[in-house]
Amino acid sequence: MATPKRSLRERAVEGVVFSGGMASIVLVALIFLFVLKEALPLLKDYPLSRFLTDRGWQPTLAPPEGPWFGLLPNVWGSFLVTAGAVVLSVPLALSTAVFTSEVAPSWLRDMLKPLVELLALVPSVAIGFVGAVAINPLVKDLFGLDTGKSAIAGSIMLAFMAAPTIATIAEDAINAVPRSFRDGSLALGATRWQGISGIVLPAAKPGILAAVMLGVGRAVGETMVVIMVTGNAGVLPDKGIWYAFTHSVRTITGTIGAEALEVANGEPHYRALFMLGVVLFTITFVLNAIAHYSLGKGDRRAQA
Amino acid sequence: MTPATGSGAAPRPFLGGGSRSRAHRVQAAAFGVLGLGTMLIVGPVLWFFGYVIVHGASQINWTFLTQPPNAIDASGGIFPAIIGTLYLMVGTVLIAMPLGIAGAIYLTEYAGHSPIVRLIRLAIVNLAGVPSIVHGLFGLGFFVLFVGGSIDAFILHSNRPVWGQPCILWGCCTLAVVILPIIITSTEEALLAVPASFREASLGLGATKWHTIRSVVLPAALPGVLTGAILGVGRAAGETAPVMITCAASFMPTLPRGLNDQAMLLPYHLYFVVTQVPNPSLGLQSGIALVLIGLVVSINASGIYMRMRARRARKW
Repeated sequence: MATPKRSLRERAVEGVVFSGGMASIVLVALIFLFVLKEALPLLKDYPLSRFLTDRGWQPTLAPPEGPWFGLLPNVWGSFLVTAGAVVLSVPLALSTAVFTSEVAPSWLRDMLKPLVELLALVPSVAIGFVGAVAINPLVKDLFGLDTGKSAIAGSIMLAFMAAPTIATIAEDAINAVPRSFRDGSLALGATRWQGISGIVLPAAKPGILAAVMLGVGRAVGETMVVIMVTGNAGVLPDKGIWYAFTHSVRTITGTIGAEALEVANGEPHYRALFMLGVVLFTITFVLNAIAHYSLGKGDRRAQA
Repeated sequence: MTPATGSGAAPRPFLGGGSRSRAHRVQAAAFGVLGLGTMLIVGPVLWFFGYVIVHGASQINWTFLTQPPNAIDASGGIFPAIIGTLYLMVGTVLIAMPLGIAGAIYLTEYAGHSPIVRLIRLAIVNLAGVPSIVHGLFGLGFFVLFVGGSIDAFILHSNRPVWGQPCILWGCCTLAVVILPIIITSTEEALLAVPASFREASLGLGATKWHTIRSVVLPAALPGVLTGAILGVGRAAGETAPVMITCAASFMPTLPRGLNDQAMLLPYHLYFVVTQVPNPSLGLQSGIALVLIGLVVSINASGIYMRMRARRARKW
């Protein structure tokens, strides 16, 4: 009879699709474990305490002076550039989200939304290119610097890049707030703005938080833009925050991207780049987990 | 009391009414600030596209699209980079699609609500959030050095790297991991949109589960599944960081001869010209950027158009 043969095929198919389902889990685990596996042997040559506390990154400095594989200047650079990008992009992106979803008439919304989404499609290397040829010279002239390759140029371009992500996800969160919330507020005599600021935005808060987290995650993890506009050289801040912003910085992603092509397999420098990868993976994992959790919370509340 | 006029009886206008309460003045100010914030995003976006188009459009001609670049100043054309990017797009989607579709079928048709499903969803979200340069490191460490290196050492017994070097195959594998979440998510959406009654009718006629999926569910979901593939390809075409250490060649006038050959790629070529070529012309750089943006945007636009058409053409 055909039945046993058919059920065998059914089970085979189930096995295949199950492995397809597991692929995501396996890949995330594999990425983390493999990057970690390539990184860990660094600690034989360079103790963890030095990696975590050394203030310099000078991978090609010959012994006995070097080499230096300090995490701090990389983390500092990533933090500085990302913080600047957040300060610039979050207010503007949230304004855009509220304006397009709540204020703009529908013809204007139909023009603004595709434009913002179009920017989200642009490859980051193209954004980095415009940053390098147009924004770096502008920053140089504006602040009277020797070179425009600076943290602030990185912040501007990252803000530009993260804004569509934040605006689109925040807008989804605002649109998910039931219409009855707005109607109820209007019926009680509140203005539309009172309804937005007092009812709609608080209700959309988990989604907005997720939008900001995903935007920050995108900025921290972005490579091409920062390689092209920040100069990839930097030390810890000794001369104040403004000096740091207007000079070159070294970010985690920029260091990996700029140096990964030059290293030989297995040498300490190669291991150190993978160690930076482990740090970066961990940072973005935490940001994504926060975003995922707050989106989940938002969903549950909207259903209630 | 003033006599009621048409406008007096109508609800108070939000902006530019006659006498306004304090709350309405606050509202006008708030909406003004929001509009200004929006313009500060939209203005730069328009300027960005204008900048690339104005400087790049004059560069694009037949020679630019069909000739290899000059070795000294990268002038000439970008033909090998266009072809390399096309190779990579095709290879990536061929690897990612079977995996992604299988994963989505598992999630929608087989898994139910088991705890493993929540874990898979968390993994998909995190996979989508992995920074592209970490994908690149993974591709270098895993595909190039571990898998490729093992093939060289244990199968080919070669001292010279054959597969244990950056090449098209490992670039495709790395990018397939990058776009897997996109493919799974779109396919899942397409499968979920197929009504349960389709499945019940097929099962009721005696078809098995797999037979139902293969001949009823998948055909009905096909436009949505293809949309996911197209959006994934669009993403793959524009990525730089994952391929620059697993595949891309900075200068290679001839076309790749095999899967274990490196290839020039549009995004990496733009990066290379902007950062490594001494004094490249603005027109050349903008021309490459314009071709890249045009390619990525048109791929995505066709995907989105297809999704719209599929939604409208749905007969249920």
